[in-house]
Amino acid sequence: MIEARGLTKRFGGRTAIDGVSLDVATGETVGFLGPNGAGKTTTIRILAGIFPPSAGTVRIGGEDLARDPMRARARIGYLQERPALYGEMTVEGLLRFVAALRGVPGGAARTRAVGRAVERARLRTLEGHRIESLSKGTRQRVGLAAALVGDPPVLLLDEPTAGLDPAERSEARALIRALAPDRAVLLSSHLLEDVQAVCDRVVVLHRGRVVAADRPAVLAARLAARTAVEVEARAPAEALARSLERVPGVRSVTVEHADAGVARCRVVPEPARDVRAELAAAVVASGWDLLGLTLLEPSLEAVFLDLVEHGGDVP
Amino acid sequence: MSAVGVIVRRELASFFGRTRAWILAGTFALLGGYLFYSEVAFFETFGGDRLTTGLWPFVFLDWRLVAFFVVPLLTMRLIAEERQLGTYELLCSLPVGDAAIVAGKFLAAYVAYLIMIAGTLPGPIALYVLRPYPLGSVVAGYGGLVLLGGVFVACGLAASAVSQSQMVSAILTYGILALFWYASWNEAALSETLTPVVRAVSLFDHYSGFAQGVVDSRSIVFFVALTLFFLFLAVRALGSRMWRGLP
Repeated sequence: MIEARGLTKRFGGRTAIDGVSLDVATGETVGFLGPNGAGKTTTIRILAGIFPPSAGTVRIGGEDLARDPMRARARIGYLQERPALYGEMTVEGLLRFVAALRGVPGGAARTRAVGRAVERARLRTLEGHRIESLSKGTRQRVGLAAALVGDPPVLLLDEPTAGLDPAERSEARALIRALAPDRAVLLSSHLLEDVQAVCDRVVVLHRGRVVAADRPAVLAARLAARTAVEVEARAPAEALARSLERVPGVRSVTVEHADAGVARCRVVPEPARDVRAELAAAVVASGWDLLGLTLLEPSLEAVFLDLVEHGGDVP
Repeated sequence: MSAVGVIVRRELASFFGRTRAWILAGTFALLGGYLFYSEVAFFETFGGDRLTTGLWPFVFLDWRLVAFFVVPLLTMRLIAEERQLGTYELLCSLPVGDAAIVAGKFLAAYVAYLIMIAGTLPGPIALYVLRPYPLGSVVAGYGGLVLLGGVFVACGLAASAVSQSQMVSAILTYGILALFWYASWNEAALSETLTPVVRAVSLFDHYSGFAQGVVDSRSIVFFVALTLFFLFLAVRALGSRMWRGLP
């Protein structure tokens, strides 16, 4: 449904994205992952037809976006990052406006289309409210309803969970999952947990280039492989390190700090192993005081750098 | 309803749903009414008995000044505000062309302008009731205001399309309109070859005929052409996102 080939976008002398290609089929949800400034928003804006690429082609449902932008755009529901909506309009008024511009016929058909979008985005009791009076999370849902109204077969969602609290984020993910089966969905995020929760496939973008494309579980495993545990104890540093090295499932131990009888070690476990309980038991069994045990989860940035340095399954 | 119609409806609802619109419309009616009253008072004292030469030219020249001050404040938000708030991105993602956006915004602001102009009607109507007069001069004067308003609104829309700042849009509109207005102000400063060219593009020269009750088809063509020219510039300014990106 979405076919992008060799998308490049230059703004003056700066190249925002460079040769990005991706496909999203109907019924598939693809996550677009990358750190801030990776080019996710630029790519999504190109796919939404907001501006054209400097090079490359986009086809939406077989329609060339450059050749027939109106037909292609009629098939796209787009949720921008931090959706900006007409605050003075009511939720229903905005959805009717968007439906009309998307070519949904007036009268009963438009009322049905608006009602369906309201239902899906769980806005039933808020139809008559002015958008400026709604909370950030609810506005995000209104933005999503605007993307959905008229049932476009392609959904482009730019950071759909940005700025939401955990409950709202979980609700947004459930909604996206419910929408996915009969649509092609491309969503961007800088949170791996977002794409893990809803996506069949992940495309990782770094500095404007696709550096990996894989299943979310594979990326999550890669993330888990970089997890470490920090152990702080009142103990001689070398003895503490030797004791921790003997714990089953530990790959390596590094002394990070030792001062006034207190030592801090960084323990790297084998992939997907949680050795925290065993580490604590080892310290206590040696008769030392355990002062701290902290799980050090690597940032997604670190995984991106890992992908850039060691490569991934680039399509 | 076409995309243009949908945009016109939203714009008008948004415009008249704000206090600012009513302040602008009230200012227009109040200033227009006061200037009409003062011109009638002046005419009663010094104008003789010919309304055609003694009253209407002055009234319509006053009203175009009111339009000059008010219209840029009406148009400055049209696109600049959408860019500032980010709603322009929503509009761009929908299957609507730049020309339809410009046409919708123009028509909505133009309708708002015409409603403001209508706010000046009670003066001439009251005068007609008290002392009936030939309507030709008044019709010509209003015709001039309607055509001039098209240029003002289109210019303001084009200025609003080039900036995210409403203030910059308003200042730009004042600047451009003043330039067109005063182009032929001092003919002594112009060469003999340049004078006819400058007079041909002077808003003042074209409008003054209407104010005096004379309808010149060349002036009608000029106003319509200038309106279309500014609308073309507005479409081009919107299209600049193709190479400039958003906002």
